[in-house]
Amino acid sequence: MAAINRDDVAHLARLAHIEMSAEELDRMAGELAVIVDSVKSVSEAAGEDVPATSHPIPLSNVFREDVVGHTFTAEQALSGAPDAAEDRFKVPAILDED
Amino acid sequence: MTDSNELIRLSAAALAAKLAAGEVTSVEVTQAYLDRIAAVDGQVNAFLHVNAEEALAVAAEVDAIRAAGGAAADELHELAGVPIAVKDLIVTIGQPTTAGSKILEGWHSPYDATVIKKLRAAKMPILGKTNLDEFAMGSSTEHSAYGPTRNPWDLERIPGGSGGGSAAAVAAFEAPLALGTDTGGSIRQPGAVTGTVGVKPTYGAVSRYGAIAMASSLDQIGPVSRTVLDSALLQEVIGGHDPQDSTSLTDSFDNLVAAARTGNVEGMKIGIIKELHGEGYQAGVENRFNESLELLKAAGAEIVEVSCPNFKYALGAYYLIMPSEVSSNLAKFDGVRFGLRVLPKEGPMTIERVMGATRAAGFGDEVKRRVILGTYALSAGYYDAYYGSAQKVRTLIQRDFDAAFAQADVLISPTAPTTAFKLGEKLNDPLAMYLNDVATIPANMAGVPGLSLPGGLADEDGLPVGIQLLAPAREDARLYRVGAVLESLLEEKWGGPLLDRAPELQAPALDAANTVGGSN
Amino acid sequence: MSADTILSFEEAMEKYDPVLGFEVHVELNTKTKMFSSAPNVFGDDPNTNVNEVDLGLPGVLPVVNKAAVESSIKIGLALNCKIAESCRFARKNYFYPDTPKNFQTSQYDEPIAYDGYLDIELEDGTVFRVEIERAHMEEDAGKLTHMGGAAGRIQGADYSLVDYNRAGVPLVEIVTKPIEGAGSRAPELAKAYVAAVREIVKNLGVSDARMERGNVRCDANVSLRPHGQERFGIRSETKNVNSLRAVEHAVRFEIQRHAAVLDSGQPVIQETRHWHEDTRTTTSGRAKSDADDYRYFPEPDLVPVVASREWVEELRATLPEPPAARRKRLQADWGYSDLEFRDVVNAGVMDSIEETVAAGASASAARKWWMGEIVGRAKTADVDPADLGVSPQTIVELNGLVEEGKINNKMASQVLDGVLAGEGTPAEIVEKRGLAVVSDDGPLLEAIDAALAAQPDVAEKIRGGKVQAIGAIVGGVMKATRGQADAGRVRELILEKLGVEG
Repeated sequence: MAAINRDDVAHLARLAHIEMSAEELDRMAGELAVIVDSVKSVSEAAGEDVPATSHPIPLSNVFREDVVGHTFTAEQALSGAPDAAEDRFKVPAILDED
Repeated sequence: MTDSNELIRLSAAALAAKLAAGEVTSVEVTQAYLDRIAAVDGQVNAFLHVNAEEALAVAAEVDAIRAAGGAAADELHELAGVPIAVKDLIVTIGQPTTAGSKILEGWHSPYDATVIKKLRAAKMPILGKTNLDEFAMGSSTEHSAYGPTRNPWDLERIPGGSGGGSAAAVAAFEAPLALGTDTGGSIRQPGAVTGTVGVKPTYGAVSRYGAIAMASSLDQIGPVSRTVLDSALLQEVIGGHDPQDSTSLTDSFDNLVAAARTGNVEGMKIGIIKELHGEGYQAGVENRFNESLELLKAAGAEIVEVSCPNFKYALGAYYLIMPSEVSSNLAKFDGVRFGLRVLPKEGPMTIERVMGATRAAGFGDEVKRRVILGTYALSAGYYDAYYGSAQKVRTLIQRDFDAAFAQADVLISPTAPTTAFKLGEKLNDPLAMYLNDVATIPANMAGVPGLSLPGGLADEDGLPVGIQLLAPAREDARLYRVGAVLESLLEEKWGGPLLDRAPELQAPALDAANTVGGSN
Repeated sequence: MSADTILSFEEAMEKYDPVLGFEVHVELNTKTKMFSSAPNVFGDDPNTNVNEVDLGLPGVLPVVNKAAVESSIKIGLALNCKIAESCRFARKNYFYPDTPKNFQTSQYDEPIAYDGYLDIELEDGTVFRVEIERAHMEEDAGKLTHMGGAAGRIQGADYSLVDYNRAGVPLVEIVTKPIEGAGSRAPELAKAYVAAVREIVKNLGVSDARMERGNVRCDANVSLRPHGQERFGIRSETKNVNSLRAVEHAVRFEIQRHAAVLDSGQPVIQETRHWHEDTRTTTSGRAKSDADDYRYFPEPDLVPVVASREWVEELRATLPEPPAARRKRLQADWGYSDLEFRDVVNAGVMDSIEETVAAGASASAARKWWMGEIVGRAKTADVDPADLGVSPQTIVELNGLVEEGKINNKMASQVLDGVLAGEGTPAEIVEKRGLAVVSDDGPLLEAIDAALAAQPDVAEKIRGGKVQAIGAIVGGVMKATRGQADAGRVRELILEKLGVEG
């Protein structure tokens, strides 16, 4: 398993949409390297034949009937919005000027 | 009328009895707690928000129903009028919900969590919202964006985490009951280091709807209290199937209070987990643990030793599964629909960059660490080695539990390897911090229930030690049965509740008791 | 943005062999959303068909809509797929403001349906089998409106507005295996495939299947390889091609563009392309920063869907007749020739004719009205014939008026215009516009009847198509009316009477 370095952290921070300063990237790389090292044993713990468990208590077919429930008014929906206009959530431009 | 200082030290069950008998009103009880909060919370910082007005209104409503008598009074829930504090990870209409994070500062949920609906239905006054590590990530409550909570036993020490606020509130008699959430020990470990009781129910026994998700497959809401019976009473209030939570169980969990009142462990097999004591555990913790074993044996239980060899991988697997789920669950905090929005200081103003700046400013270091770690564990090329392997370890841990429960009715271990450490002591050493949860994590990985109760004070530092009981999935009742017996044996030995030995918290000023209102 | 160089389609085909692939997203018409109980309704006021789940507020959890699962299984069965005994949802992680949780709940390595096929009939009757890789369940995103900048384009917009009404609407994504061997018929096949999928989901009743509303959306993958080469070329994916015509044009354009790129010795770039209806071209889409790493993992808030064989068979039993089989049956019932029937199908009026026949018209009358009167008007109005606003009942009524001789065909056409103008029912319009065959024709008609009765052999000739024989009858009428009749009008009335077109 590869060690985690500063470039990795920079890439991951981009994926996770967290802006990080150079100093933060360095520090995070150091801390994550230690943590990643400590969890290494996990990948060798279980053999091929061991099934994965994603739910601690297995259930299946938990469904909802197709019946309309409550809705918000636009005002309620937007009550926590940092910015809004025309009953919609307002966000800055999605792309840079090309 | 009971003296308010006496009133706040009563258990929830005792308060309920007094309320039912008309010896005290809910307004008196609620006001006594609000006064206590006003008096001591400046030192403890257990509350992020105090909900005085609504709590008193609910209390008055209960009192009015009782006073009027008749069917409505008869139909009141046993805990009606008994106040409660709620971890600020659980959303509430009418109060802010912050998750201990700057990113949600000032946010008000337009909906109630299912457990909050149940508290309201039982007419339990909600005293306020308690402090926590940001998004429940931590074992000391030092990662709260709103300052650390302090341990009522020693204000220089941590109250555990992430639910340090709920545990400290109950330990400092600022509330008789509280709700916590437990992903890797966040109810049980704070219980251990504050000398209180905390229970992580079977995964799915209590609805998660409205608990801000940290790691969905591990999170569970549970009770925090000063006695085992009180936790049983509270779990029966908040538990039950919820169609809004697809992982909610349809099983009935209505035998918990009865189990707590059974008072008998004769003939029960209690298993010591070889891997969860000894090396790495503080001597005072070991001593109190052994003492509890002796008491249980004397009461007729059979003590057996079991081995769970794969528990050694539990912490590592937890630190892959939990951050993976965290990285996805916390993606919604982006400054678009709710909460904080921070604009980039320079450069183009695109939504991508606004999200990046918002999350950079809104999340603390520990949250960022886990988000990045989880992003890494799920990323292309690493999934199988990390997340996939960790899910397999989960299977191994479940198998260990299955084997252990074939030999024992319940398992027992110390809740945490040490007593409360000093504030700041492990803040810059994430790995050391993570080790606090080594004994509590296996239960979350397997979904089984766990209870922590006070086991006495460590000889070397005089601080509380927690004893953890674990039962098979859906067998929460066993925890309450054994827990209540052990509690009564210990209290008999101590001559009263452990919290009686906690130092008195001094109100900074005598008239502080009259000021009630929101902190922070 | 510079325009791409393209090769002529014929030259492209001479040099290269196209391989296609389609991802078709079908919005289900369930009453509620995939994971929340908010209503699934198109076109309501912004952010009113949402609750806390659709907005992805802190603390919310999804619960699967059973009806959406059943619709998905039905689609899988109609596409001749295997239905997974057990399958799970997975989170597809990417940040985009139309995605409330910043992950889409979808299915990854465990789709509910897989390994199917669809036989596509091209216009000339050739049948082409398209293999289906999978059909999986997921949720739709909200709707972004780009403000400022040019014409709602994302480029150059000042800001965007988000409406989450569509967020969480159930989707089934149908993915084909690579489609080889279509050759120069690739664009036609593309259109026919999407049309077939649309027809199937509409026929199943699981989707409104209106492409103009985005109920059926197509992403088209195109790659070229030199003839004889086995290995696939590098593909482009043209997103959101949302009409049948556009699918055909987009595939044709991409083939021509790829061919030009390859001809120039450059490699094709694997990328997302955007389709522009106005210029009928595609442009390069900007890659999302994390488009290549969605960090899929099993959705921990949902549990597996286990489709027992009993459940699947129960659903199979509810499936309607497949569209291809239905077409065969209808053609036989109606007695249309192959050509007539194909024209009806291509004009998109088969359903309307079926309804009109059910309402009481004969098959030939129904065809006459839909093909002769309505299709042309719909084309002018640029809408589907069925959406023009003429009900089957209207046609039955109109046809009845003609057959009873109350109005003639020319008048009927005017009455139809009146119906479309909202003037009322055909009978009302005949009344209002005074269109009934005027009573002055009464004496003429009597004279015509007499003339026809007097010369039955001539009448038979005219009926047989020898219209030039009409002079004898017209002459008879003119004689009987002492030349006071309008010969042109007489001619018209005779032809009408005999049901012959002049």
